[in-house]
Amino acid sequence: MSDQQAATAALKRTPLFDRHRALGARLVEFGGWEMPVQYSGIIAEHRAVRQRAGLFDVSHMGQFRVEGGGALDFLQSLVPNDVAKLSENQALYTQICLPNGGTLDDLLIYRRGDARYMVVVNAGTMGKDWDWFAEHAAGRADLTLANISDETGLIALQGPLAQSILQPLTPAALDAISYYHCAPGAVAGITCLISRTGYTGEDGFELYCPADHVAALWDAVLDAGTPHGLLPAGLGARDTLRLEAGYCLYGHELTEEITPLEAGLGWTIKLNKGADFIGRQALADEKRDGPRRKLVGILPRDRGIPRVGHTIYLADQPASPGARIGEVTSGTFCPTLERPAALAFVPPAHAQPGTPVAVDVRGKLIPAEVAPLPFYKRPR
Amino acid sequence: MSQTDQPENLKYAETHEWVRVEGDEAFIGISDYAQDELGEVVFLELPWNEVGTAQFKAGDRFGEIESVKATSELFAPVSGTLARVHETLKDLDKLEAINKDPYGQGWMLAIRMSDPAELDKLMDAAAYTKFLETAGH
Repeated sequence: MSDQQAATAALKRTPLFDRHRALGARLVEFGGWEMPVQYSGIIAEHRAVRQRAGLFDVSHMGQFRVEGGGALDFLQSLVPNDVAKLSENQALYTQICLPNGGTLDDLLIYRRGDARYMVVVNAGTMGKDWDWFAEHAAGRADLTLANISDETGLIALQGPLAQSILQPLTPAALDAISYYHCAPGAVAGITCLISRTGYTGEDGFELYCPADHVAALWDAVLDAGTPHGLLPAGLGARDTLRLEAGYCLYGHELTEEITPLEAGLGWTIKLNKGADFIGRQALADEKRDGPRRKLVGILPRDRGIPRVGHTIYLADQPASPGARIGEVTSGTFCPTLERPAALAFVPPAHAQPGTPVAVDVRGKLIPAEVAPLPFYKRPR
Repeated sequence: MSQTDQPENLKYAETHEWVRVEGDEAFIGISDYAQDELGEVVFLELPWNEVGTAQFKAGDRFGEIESVKATSELFAPVSGTLARVHETLKDLDKLEAINKDPYGQGWMLAIRMSDPAELDKLMDAAAYTKFLETAGH
């Protein structure tokens, strides 16, 4: 056994930190934050989300407000997806790309009203995202930017029972909020933005509220959900859930060196949206020529868990340097699949599901095969 | 750290394996602290088919343990010949014994010691508890 203890000095804490400690959470460093990785156990929390419900603190994520007559043009110029097609209280998944097509971050954009948008970015990238936004907004009098990350609390209620747990707490008609839409509404008397979004592959809601009210909101949802079998869930289950659902995690499947097209996000790239955007030329070229690598699923056929950084070889030429075809970007034991699974980038020629490969799991070659994504799709 | 348990009658390695001596055999597993750090164990690789043949020197790797979130190597605290492996743990459904009963049903293997004096180099419960505290665990 070897152990590593991350320095916990200078880590940021969400307003729910004391709640996590009181619940007996194991705390870890994540993106500069001290966050709960698990409470009762990753597998139990994962299963609670798939079968009932789980409650996550995601207050570490960043939020920017973009408002004004130029807000739409500005956002259109920064992201490949089409912000113009958003109706009021609709959300959009997209990325911020560099001129070479690499990914600065992936994010959600909410249209909150005429010329009013809220942008939600990853915690670990919030600083560089904010700099990017500020730099590109410099000199523009037609919009205002505000970084509201510190004053915004965010919890995610995820799982098939999410709506039945939340509905008694709010006068908002949750049935009327469709996937990737939101509505303002009080939850347990606290002013919230109720968003039908998530990162688990299940139905659920993300609740934005003022940071100084998020503890009361957390308590209310936890109390309402506990009789239904809801569990507080940490970053560990969040990761196994998103991996099964085939969602990219920034820093793993998306980086400044990985384009959204490589990561299988072509459905979010709108080259002909009628507005130029940073990275458009690079993505157009890549789309024309085909990406040089593709994100695929990897399912081992033998014992062993492929982890981030493990090398993937062609099965029939293992361990010869030329047969190295890619690298695992995320890998774990998947509680719903009840087996290990991984995400990896391989050349398109080897991306066909069923392609036999071998993964070098710490010096041992484990037979595996390329598998289609997602690994898990919820029954509807 | 959360409160973990270090029984008095065992010896401990800095790599968090414990040793219980029975005659000339050293039974080995991982400590309560180690299982707690790892979280739920999902795979265990041991020299299943090498009883009577595998030879270990103190510090040799004897296996690998995986939890949902991490992988760790397992190291032999003492030298000798592999005398037993805990076959029950071949069954993935039984691996929870390592989490629930790390010093009992979570035992992994036994080594017939070639140099019992090596036991003196391991920590007793008090020293291991102090080790966990002072190492910033």
